[in-house]
Amino acid sequence: MNTNELLLKSIEYRKTILEIIHHGGAGHTAGSLSCVDILNVLYNKIMDITPENFDSVNRDHYIQSKGHSVEVLYTVLADQGFYPQDDLFKGLNQNHSKFIGHPTRKVPGIEHNTGALGHGLSVSVGLALAGKLNGHTYRVFTLLGDGELAEGSSWEASMSAAHYKLDNLIVIIDRNTLQITGRTEEVNGLEPLADKFTAFGYAVRQVDGNNVEALSNLLSQVPFEQGKPSLVLANTVKGKGVSYMEDQMVWHHKVPSDEQLVIALKELDTAKLELGDV
Amino acid sequence: MELGKSIGLEMGVATRDAFGKTLEEMGAEIENIVVVDGDVHDSTRTRFFKNAFPERFFNVGIAESNLVGIASGLAASGKQPLAASFAAFLLCNAYDQIRMGIAYPRLDVKLVGSHSGISLGQDGPSQMAIEDLALAASLPYFTVLVPADEHAAVWATRAMFDHHGPVYLRTGRPDAPQVYNVDSTFQLGKANVVREGNDLTIVACGLMVAIALEAAHTLSQQGIEARVLDMHTVKPIDHAAIEKAALETGAILTAEEHSIVGGLGAAVAQIVTAKQPVPMTYVAIMDEYAESGDPDDLFDKYGISAKHIVQKTTELLDRKQAS
Ligand SMILES: Cc1ncc(C[n+]2csc(CCOP(=O)(O)OP(=O)(O)O)c2C)c(N)n1
Ligand SMILES: [Mg+2]
Repeated sequence: MNTNELLLKSIEYRKTILEIIHHGGAGHTAGSLSCVDILNVLYNKIMDITPENFDSVNRDHYIQSKGHSVEVLYTVLADQGFYPQDDLFKGLNQNHSKFIGHPTRKVPGIEHNTGALGHGLSVSVGLALAGKLNGHTYRVFTLLGDGELAEGSSWEASMSAAHYKLDNLIVIIDRNTLQITGRTEEVNGLEPLADKFTAFGYAVRQVDGNNVEALSNLLSQVPFEQGKPSLVLANTVKGKGVSYMEDQMVWHHKVPSDEQLVIALKELDTAKLELGDV
Repeated sequence: MELGKSIGLEMGVATRDAFGKTLEEMGAEIENIVVVDGDVHDSTRTRFFKNAFPERFFNVGIAESNLVGIASGLAASGKQPLAASFAAFLLCNAYDQIRMGIAYPRLDVKLVGSHSGISLGQDGPSQMAIEDLALAASLPYFTVLVPADEHAAVWATRAMFDHHGPVYLRTGRPDAPQVYNVDSTFQLGKANVVREGNDLTIVACGLMVAIALEAAHTLSQQGIEARVLDMHTVKPIDHAAIEKAALETGAILTAEEHSIVGGLGAAVAQIVTAKQPVPMTYVAIMDEYAESGDPDDLFDKYGISAKHIVQKTTELLDRKQAS
């Protein structure tokens, strides 16, 4: 997929995310929009995960530790062919639907139940360790929120990742600088974050996490160093792509109204036009 | 939720709201109270306290084990800390800290878990606490409170600071029908009889008290008079009220928005079997995780609606008859 195609995908994904949240009447809107471009590049360009190979042992793995952003995952998995996109309009977050408010293994393409923060990195270390033990070549990609890093387990898992030299583990931080109640730096300061991860034994790289080209270039170079887990600090904007949601705390868990949805979709359609023909 | 409407109960505010407002009032009365939060004070409603007393409020970020440990240290220094988060994250993530830092040293820390049970609805099982009562009640020295409505929540918030020692207070997300009024009285460890009856006793807590009253209304139309006991203090549980209910009504049904394992039903059964054995049955979540959805539908699907209480009563009374 070339850059223009990826750009177009991101726009389509953003539209679907907004539509399914609006339709389902619940969802974590801004956190999904912030990491769309990351999942887009991972699933369309980097990772070897398909409906066909999902049951085989030696394929890549993806664990979304920031489980609340499940809508982006549902959207991308539908596009990858794990289930028809229509399914997402039949009861997301509603009764008797398997598409519930946080990831579960009941949904095709999802590997682990998440939603309580601070779990995904340890689970990913386990998957990566198993890969080494079994002599498999697969990689484990995991996505964490930045607010989530306050959970001590993330740092415990980081120590294990370095200790076991898990260069098959790629940790991506959705560094949008917001959590529910404020800026990460005001609630529980994380900086100097890159230095901390480096000190914990990762090979650390920074990237514009809303730039599909930069993400593609960087992620195709993993592992960054032999014998070390890779860590990507992806600088993102929460609510990215919808002007009135960008960098706004209130959109963490808010559902767009009918009018707000129309405005958002219009903005995204305009962005699509500006891309020109693909 | 439409709860209580059919029997004329007026809708009130959520127990988390009544708790939050009362905590703010108490903050003015007791300067020693400090509050620790984990990035969820809008949800737990400790934001009212935060806004009034920012210097006594600590939002430590998404770090429940850390926040409970900090509360333990604050208590060891003579402060009166209250730590609040979603019930699921507070109890499950920080259990070792609660055990070692609060229960074992018997420190004066108040824990408040919101979004309990399955009535939080759409966000699904990862956010739903159906194990919190079992976890909290199994800790020695802990007092466990489950208010049924806003009036009970106001009382419980005050009672927990009057009591010296560890307390777990369980609050809920949705608005709760008013089972009580401003003049109602409560006493720690003493169940309230919210409906008289002698054919069986329904022992309930939290939102299930209103649901039990709905069921009792339906049963009454069939000529069955249920006593309804609000067991707002799940621990220490009211032995006398349970023994009396067993003796006088000869059958007991428990109703809780919690797993059948280790919650209210288990605690009541322990007393009934030891002191006054009578037929019992249980309305609870049957050892499974729920899903996302509208709370009313979830109560229906997972077997804890008024309809289920009525069904199980019929079967219970058959057993009472036979015994
Ligand atoms: C253990 C745990 N504590 C609290 C929550 C409630 N919660 C859901 S999302 C969220 C904020 C997440 O912030 P961040 O990790 O920065 O994610 P993003 O900004 O990407 O949405 C919180 C506190 C949770 N899901 N799990
Ligand atoms: Mg964030």
